Formats: sequence, C-alpha cells, structure tokens
Amino acid sequence: MNKRGWIFLIPAAVFALLAAVFYAGLGIDTSVLPSPLIDQPAPRFALPPLPGEAQGFSSADLAGHVSLVNTFASWCTPCRAEHRVLNALAQTKRVPIYGINYKDKADAALAWIAELGNPYTRIGADDGRVGIDWGIYGVPETFIVDRDGRIRYKHVGPLTREDVERTILPLVARLER
Amino acid sequence: MTRALLIAFAFAAAMAAGPALAVRPDEMLADPGLEARARDVGRELRCLVCRNQSIDDSDADLAHDLRVLVRERIKGGDSDDQVVAYVRSRYGDFVLLRPPFEIGTLLLWGGPLLILLLGGGALARFYRSKGETAAPPLSAEERQRLASVLGEGTEP
Repeated sequence: MNKRGWIFLIPAAVFALLAAVFYAGLGIDTSVLPSPLIDQPAPRFALPPLPGEAQGFSSADLAGHVSLVNTFASWCTPCRAEHRVLNALAQTKRVPIYGINYKDKADAALAWIAELGNPYTRIGADDGRVGIDWGIYGVPETFIVDRDGRIRYKHVGPLTREDVERTILPLVARLER
Repeated sequence: MTRALLIAFAFAAAMAAGPALAVRPDEMLADPGLEARARDVGRELRCLVCRNQSIDDSDADLAHDLRVLVRERIKGGDSDDQVVAYVRSRYGDFVLLRPPFEIGTLLLWGGPLLILLLGGGALARFYRSKGETAAPPLSAEERQRLASVLGEGTEP
C-alpha cells in the first residue's frame, strides 16, 4: 500500500456514514409533524355544546389547572380504539379531559357518546375553525395544557395505555408540581 | 390530415391545462383580484392531510377549510404574508411548500452547493495529483524500440 492508500477508505467511510443516517431515519415517523404551538398559549375559543348538553367548551375552562384536550369524531375509526383508554383515564380522575368534537354531525356524536361512554368533562362542537387554531390535521390529536393555559405536549394519533402511563400521567404530575 | 392536426391540438391543450384545481366555485371570492391573491397564497400552502399537494389542489376537508380561511382573511384586509404567517403559526414550517431560508434550513438550501464544492475540490485535487505523478520520460532504449514498432506498423 502506498502513502495514498487511505484515500480508498473514503468511499467506504461515506457509505458507512450514509448507512448510519438512513438507518436512523427508518425510526422517524413522518406522519407526526412538530407543532409550533408547543409552549405557546392555547388558542382562545368558545365552542357551542352538542345539542341537549348544557355547556360547551371554551378556553376559559382551561384556566387554573392542568388539562387534557382531545379532538375526536364519530367518523374517526382510531378514535374508537382510543375511547376505551380515555374512559379508563377519566375514571382515575387524575386530569380533566376536554373534548373537541371535530367536524362531526351532532346526532352521530351524541350516539357515539351514548354508546361508548363519556370521559369528557366538557365537549365543544367544532366545525373545523377552532381545529385549525389548534393546528389539527389528523384526528385524534391530544394536547396537555398547563395551569397557565399553555400547550405543553401534543400527541398525534390514538392514545394507547402505554402512552398514558409512560408520557401523559408523568407529564401531568410534573406540571402539577 | 385535418384530423391529425385536431388531435395534436387537443393533446397540446390538455397538456397546457395543468392539474385540475380543487377550488370549488362556492368558495371563490367575487372580486377576481382578491381571488387571484387567494390562489397565490393557496399554492404556497401544503395540505397536511395529503402532504404533497397544495391546498388549492387537494380535495381533503382540511384543505377546503384552509381555502375558506385564506379567503376570509384576505377579504378581512390581511396581506398575503399575513395570511401565510397565520397558517404557519398554527401548522409550522411544514405547511409551507417552499421551505423558508433560515438558520434551520441552511443545510437544506446550501447542501447541493456544499456537495458541488466538495466534489469539485476532490476532482481538482485528483487531476492535480495526477499531473505530479506523470510517468518518467522514456529512456533512449525505449524510444528506439517504440520507433521500430511504430515504423513496422506504418509500412505496408
């Protein structure tokens, strides 16, 4: 090997580097987008209730305590799987869950609640505009809002029991401290 | 002949038409100037449901909502930049089909230039080093052999 022998290692090194980058890239879930709303104040809104319910859901409801804000719709299949998890979380009474019923038909939403149970402290019916303010692009999406009304966490897609135990509850506990 | 010409013309017209817009007539603004601005803004915004279409090209529900929102804000007196900033503050940089040029995207925009410079540099080095290690001149004996070989080749 002459004194320039190392130069032939360059392609191998470049290959190894690219392979490492691509391998790391395999683990990235591109369906989840970073939200610019993290650590920003939650949007101000006032949503009407579902028909027959007394109260809607507005940003004033979020003041003074840590809360979970969950967007759902009866047409959203993953929401059905998530609903069981939300019911279980509601039973622990660890954190109030607020619902944004996103672009749904009122009677379908009411039938959904009647069938699957109601984990929500309050539900507001949204025609899509408030969803845009929250940066919603795929229901279900779930936010954790701290007691000052700031969005601290966003979860895209259905919550699983693991998500609740490993992420949601520890963060709620930390924010309440 | 006329028929072939007609077919060619129809084909050219179809090609020129471009992708169909998803903008529905009931969404459009009455003022053509404002509607044109809404189109300009809509072309720049990504539909986050279908990802690789602008909101003007997408039939998704969210794209429809965003088109209506863009038109409302334009009608309300927002500048194009203000409308884009409004949507961007909610959906982040990913909503922009054309990524902004800033610190975080420096590698994205500068990457091709960087690779060109690196490759060009490597190439320049390669050719220069090739010049340095050029073969030593032929010895008298070698030149003689070369001449005799070439001489043989040229004679019939």
